[in-house]
Amino acid sequence: MKYLMLVCYDPADRPAPDDAAPDVEEWVREMDAKGIRITGNRTRPASDATTVRVRDRQVLLTDGPYAETREQMAGFDILECADLDEAVEVASRHPMAWAGMIEIRPFWPDDES
Amino acid sequence: MTSPEELLAGLYADGWSRIVAVMVRLTRDMDLAEECAQEAFAKALVSWPASGVPDQPLAWLTTAARNHGLDRLRRARTEAAKLREVALSDSSPPDFPADGDIPDERLELMFTCCHPSLNLDAQVALTLRSLAGMSTAEIARAFLVPEKTMGQRLFRAKQKVAHAGIPFRVPPAHLLPERLPAVLHVLYLLFTQGYGDPAHARLSLEAIRLARVLCALMPDEPEALGLLALMLLHEARRAARFDDAGDLVTLEEQDRARWDAARTAEGAALVERALRRGRAGAFQIQAAIAAVHASANDPARTDWAQIVGLYDHLARLAPSPVVDLNRAAALGMAHGPEAALPLLDALDEPLRDYYLLHATRADLLRRAGRPDAAAGSYEAALALAPTEAERRFLRGRLCASTPRR
Repeated sequence: MKYLMLVCYDPADRPAPDDAAPDVEEWVREMDAKGIRITGNRTRPASDATTVRVRDRQVLLTDGPYAETREQMAGFDILECADLDEAVEVASRHPMAWAGMIEIRPFWPDDES
Repeated sequence: MTSPEELLAGLYADGWSRIVAVMVRLTRDMDLAEECAQEAFAKALVSWPASGVPDQPLAWLTTAARNHGLDRLRRARTEAAKLREVALSDSSPPDFPADGDIPDERLELMFTCCHPSLNLDAQVALTLRSLAGMSTAEIARAFLVPEKTMGQRLFRAKQKVAHAGIPFRVPPAHLLPERLPAVLHVLYLLFTQGYGDPAHARLSLEAIRLARVLCALMPDEPEALGLLALMLLHEARRAARFDDAGDLVTLEEQDRARWDAARTAEGAALVERALRRGRAGAFQIQAAIAAVHASANDPARTDWAQIVGLYDHLARLAPSPVVDLNRAAALGMAHGPEAALPLLDALDEPLRDYYLLHATRADLLRRAGRPDAAAGSYEAALALAPTEAERRFLRGRLCASTPRR
């Protein structure tokens, strides 16, 4: 199953650093080697985002993210996992699960559009 | 002779969940699995009275459910449905399957229903629907929510199981310590929901039945045994907990002759068996406390010192202000109310809104011969008590403790 892993954090609520927290480079290396991580990257902050809408055939742009939330997206990864348990394990070993939070969302399968 | 209808009703209790479990594994779709089980029982209700009960009734029902599933998937056109159809037809049973060949996958189903990625309400609802075979309307009544709300809750939960890739399996050993408590918690919640209200006694009985299944399938898990023991020991007191007027009767004042001796004996034996494994947990200790109560024919002969010791143990395993409160109450019985009253002061902050803190203090003050102070605490408890039965009980105590002027 394919999952989108949204790597997020809350600037107002950052837990104390933990020595045991994993290293992101190692995480990427391991998950790439296992064929679990298909792709992924860091994203620039919400202040660099542009939101696009088309209304009445007009392209409307908004400076900033589509939803104003306290939590910010820092990056994303696309995973191929056997099931949710594996996806949870992979996410829980990402350093940002320790320093922030990670949302795991299953992809809609190709044949059920 | 049992009629086919009676036989089917008897089969339903265990058969429903076994068929749903098999069908969830084959189709990965809880909604479809339930529909198939429903269809199989409906078909049997028509067919058995006419052409006789089959030799292997469970296998008959499972085959009927599987055929319905195949039928449904053939009519659906998606790739995923085609794949599941292949899985279903590959699993075709031999020509004359025996009941003994039908795999028991209820444990897998329990862990799926109680997956921690589902919220607790969803876990409870799914467990009642797919393992206890209760209808949406029945579950809604038991949890005092509109049927429509419960229907949506179940629908969302089943969708998430299907879409999020929640596995249908017993978690591997390294995940069990974090997963088993969720299953036990859901069963205990079902039990307590049915215990507080005589109208929902069925929930308690279902929780006990499912805990038996769990213990049979995981005989080496002492906390599962502890939970079953705890529920049996409490259920044993059910008939004595309310008087003829429907009023609550305290443990001290219950007619112990009305306790169910068979359940008590089974519960006590189970808790001993569990504790012998040397991995005590919160359910085992709570069951041990209930067993100490049960071993006293006369409340005055209760071994309160042992109960205090067990609460000490429980407070170490699962610290909580409620455990401290119960420990203080037991200590009040073992060493007198004056010894216990100071312990309650530390609980004023965390348990300010918990009526049992005030009721416990009131009871200790009453026994310490301080009726005025007791009356104040009874009033505080009365204002916070959640059910009418409890309010009636407290009003009775309040009247009895108010000094006659």
